[in-house]
Amino acid sequence: MSTLDMSALVSIEHISQDFGQTKALDDVSLAIQPGSYTVLLGPSGSGKTTLLSILGGFLQPSAGRVLIGGADCTGMAPAKRPTATVFQDYALFPHMSVGSNVAFGLRMRGIAKAERLARALDMLRLVGLDQAFDNKPHQLSGGQRQRVALARALVVEPAVLLLDEPLGALDLKLRRQMQDELKAIQKRVGTAFVHVTHDQEEAMALADHIVVMNNGRIEDQGLPDRVYGRPATRFTATFMGESTILAGSVEGKGRIRTALGVFEVAGDIASPEIHVAIRPEHVQLGGDILAIVTHVVYQGSFKRVTAVPNGAPDIHLLARLPADSPVSVDMPVSLGIDPDRLIILAR
Amino acid sequence: MARIVSTLYAAAVYGFIFLPVIVLVLFSFQATLFPIPPFTGPSLRWYEAVLRDARLTDGLLNSMLVAVATSALATLLGFLSAWGFARFHMPASALMRGLITLPLTVSYLIIGMGLLILFNWIGIPKSLITAGIGHVVINLPLCFAIIYSQMGDHQANVERAARDLGAKEWQVLLLVTAPMLWPALFASFFLSMTFSWDEFVIAFLLTRFDTTLPVEIWNLLRAGLNPKTNAVGSLVFGVSIVLAIVFELVAFRKRPA
Amino acid sequence: MSAGRQSLAGWASVSPALLWTLVFFAAPFAAMAAVSLFPKDGGGFSLANYTQFFANPSYWRALTNSLEVTLIVTAVSILLAYPFAWILAFVVPERWQRLALMLAVLPFWTSYVVRSYSWLLVLAEKGAVNNALIHLGLLAEPIQLANTRAATVIGFVHFFVMLLTLTIFANLKQLSPNYRKAAADLGAGPIRSFIHVILPLTMPGIMVGAFLTFVLAIGDYITPQILGGNNELLMPQLIMMQIGRRGDFASASALSIILMAVVTVAYLLCARWLKIERA
Repeated sequence: MSTLDMSALVSIEHISQDFGQTKALDDVSLAIQPGSYTVLLGPSGSGKTTLLSILGGFLQPSAGRVLIGGADCTGMAPAKRPTATVFQDYALFPHMSVGSNVAFGLRMRGIAKAERLARALDMLRLVGLDQAFDNKPHQLSGGQRQRVALARALVVEPAVLLLDEPLGALDLKLRRQMQDELKAIQKRVGTAFVHVTHDQEEAMALADHIVVMNNGRIEDQGLPDRVYGRPATRFTATFMGESTILAGSVEGKGRIRTALGVFEVAGDIASPEIHVAIRPEHVQLGGDILAIVTHVVYQGSFKRVTAVPNGAPDIHLLARLPADSPVSVDMPVSLGIDPDRLIILAR
Repeated sequence: MARIVSTLYAAAVYGFIFLPVIVLVLFSFQATLFPIPPFTGPSLRWYEAVLRDARLTDGLLNSMLVAVATSALATLLGFLSAWGFARFHMPASALMRGLITLPLTVSYLIIGMGLLILFNWIGIPKSLITAGIGHVVINLPLCFAIIYSQMGDHQANVERAARDLGAKEWQVLLLVTAPMLWPALFASFFLSMTFSWDEFVIAFLLTRFDTTLPVEIWNLLRAGLNPKTNAVGSLVFGVSIVLAIVFELVAFRKRPA
Repeated sequence: MSAGRQSLAGWASVSPALLWTLVFFAAPFAAMAAVSLFPKDGGGFSLANYTQFFANPSYWRALTNSLEVTLIVTAVSILLAYPFAWILAFVVPERWQRLALMLAVLPFWTSYVVRSYSWLLVLAEKGAVNNALIHLGLLAEPIQLANTRAATVIGFVHFFVMLLTLTIFANLKQLSPNYRKAAADLGAGPIRSFIHVILPLTMPGIMVGAFLTFVLAIGDYITPQILGGNNELLMPQLIMMQIGRRGDFASASALSIILMAVVTVAYLLCARWLKIERA
C-alpha cells in the first residue's frame, strides 16, 4: 500500500519493529488525518502500543519512517516532535501540584511563570478541573487524574496527542463517561488524537477512524460502522463483537451454500470457498431455520440466545432477540437471517 | 560518551567496594607471617591454624546458635505484634507501635550499655543468653516493621473467610496468616540472622567466657596484622555469601503465580 | 467474636513484644538515666556527669568529631552511591541488573569487624595502597593512611555506599518509567528531568538512607577504633573508654544519653520522610 496521502498529518511508512526474534510490527503503513480521532484497536501483543511508542519517539523502529506534518521525525527525540503523550498510569509528578504538572511542559519551554500558570489554568478549565489547581495528584480521583494528564499533554499544543490506554485504569461506568468527555474535548481543541485500546466498544464510541491490529499488522481500518458491519478479515469480524461463523461455498453468482441453507446475496464473490459471519442482531424470530434454544441470557434491553439448528447440530447460532421474545431453553424456534447483512470473509 | 563515563564510574566504585575483600582473601593464603605485599602463597597453613583454634571454632558455633535462636524469637514476637496491631483496634496503637520500633533509632552501643547496667544492677551474670537478649532487642523492631508493612487488608479478608469456615484464632494465624506472609517472615528471620551474626558491641559488652565469633576475631586483632585473621575473616565471608545466595534463591525466586 | 474476646486476642498478640521492649529496652534506658545522675566518685545525686561534658573540652571535642565524621561520611556516601545506583538502574541492561546489584553489595556480607580489619590491611604502612603507590613511583616513602580520620571515613564510606546503593536503587526502580518519559515528552532534557522530577521523587529514599547512615555511623565503635585509632576520639570510643579503662558506668551513661539526644534531633529533622506505612 502506498501512503502518498498528501493531506495526511501523520504518515507512517513501512514501519517494522523487531524485539529479538519476535516481530512486534511488520511493515505497517498508516495515514492519520488532521483533526481526526484515530483508535488503534487490538488484543495485547498486537503491536498497537509499540506503534504508539514509535509515534511518540520512545522507541526507534527497526525499519521505516514516521512523517509528521511532512517532516521526517523518525529519529527525533520525544521532546522535539510535535506529539504529546497521555500515559496509561498518567505519570503525573506526585510531588507537584496539579497546576505545576500542567505547567511543566511550558516551563521546560522557557515560558514565563505568570503566562504558563495562566495557560495551565485555562487548560484545566477546559477539562473541568480549574478548582483543583493547587491540589496534589493523590488528592484526585482516577477520572480527575486522567483529565489532568490530558491537560498536561494538551497545554503544549501538540499536533498529535497520543493516548496509551488512557481509560484502562478506570471502572466501567467512569470509562463510558470519560469516553464522552474525551470525544468532546477532542472536538473542542481540534487536535488529532491517536488512542490505543483493546476495548472495541470504546473504540467504536470514540473513533473517526478505527485501525484494527493483530500480530504486528493492520488487519483492517476505516469508519467504525464499516469496520463493524463489513469487516475485511475473519479476525476483525470476531474481535469486533460477537458473531456466528459458518463455512460456505459459492454456487454461481451470489448464491452461497452453508449448513444453514442457501443464501442469495447481491454482488460477486471472488473466491469459491468462503466464511460467513452472522452478527447476533441480524438474526430474528420467524424464518425457515428450525432450531432448539440451548441458552437464554436476559440482558435487560435484549435477550442473548443461543440455538442449535436441527439441520446443523454442531453450530451454535447466536441471536440478539427483543427482551420480550417468548423464548426459553429447550424450546423449538424458527429463526431467520437477512442475507444482505451477511458478512462474507475470505477463507 | 555517557556510556564510557558510566562504565568507568561503575568500574571505579566496584573496585573500591572489592579492594578490601580481595586483599583480605588473597593474604589469607599468605605463606609467611605478615598479610602484606608481596604475596608469598598460596598456602593453607592459616586456615589450619584457624580450625585448630578451639576459641575460634567455639565462637563460630556460639555465633550460629545465638543468631538462629534470637532471630526465631524476634521474628515470632514481631509477627504476633504486627498481626495484633494490624487486625485489632488497640488503644494508643500508634504510641505502642512507636515504642516497639524505637530501638531501631538507638545505637547498638547504647542498647548494650543499658542492658549491661541493668543486668549488673539485678545481678544477672554475663553470658550468651544476655547477649542474645540484646540481639532480640535490636532485631524485634526490624521484624515488626517488615511484617507490619506487609499486612494488607486483602489478607484480613482471607482471615475472615477462614474464621467464617470455622477456624479458631490460632488456626487462622498458623494456617492462613503465617503462610500468606511467608516472604516477610523469611526476610525478617534472615535479616535478623545476618545482623546477629555480624553484631559486635552488644556481644562484647554482655558476654564473658563463652562469646561470639566477632568478639573472638576482635581479640585476635589485638595481636596486630596476622594472616590467621585473614583466614577466619575469609571463612566468615564465605559463610555469609552462602547464606546470601540461599536467601536470594529462596526469597526472590520467581514463583509461578 | 465478641468485643471483649477481640481485645483480649489483640492484647495477647501484642504484649510479648511490648513487654520485651519495655523490660529490655525501656527499663535499661531508665536504669542508665538513673545511674548517670549519681557520679562514680560518690556524693549522691548530681548533674556533674552532664556538666563535665560541656566543661571538659576533650569530651566536647569527641562529639564534634563524631558529628563531623558522620556528616562527611553521609554526604560522601550519597554522592558516590547515587550515580552508581543510577547506572545500575538505568544503564545496565535489565537482565544483568540483579547480578550487578548483588555483586555491588557482596562485601556487605563480610563481618563488620573483618571489614574494618581489611581496610587496615589496605591502608597499613606496608599495605596494598602504599605498596602500589611506591611501585608506581608516585611515592618515595609510605605515607600514614591508617590511624587517621581519613581511614575512618574510608571504612565508613565503604559500608554506606553499599547500603545507600541498595536503598537508592530500590527507589529508582520503583518509579514508573513513564515519569522519565513524560518529562522527556514535555521537553525536559536529561538534566532538567533529573532535577525537577527524578531527584524530588527519590528524596524520600535518600533521606531514609541518610538517616540510617547517620544513626549507624555515629554510634559505631568498631570502625573508628580499628581504622582511626586513638589519635582522635569519637563519641563511641569515649563511651567505651569510660567503661573499659575507668569502669565509670555513670559517666558512660551520661555520654550515651547525650549521643542519643543527638540522634533524636536528627530523627526529628527527617521524621517526615521516615514513616513506616502499611502497604
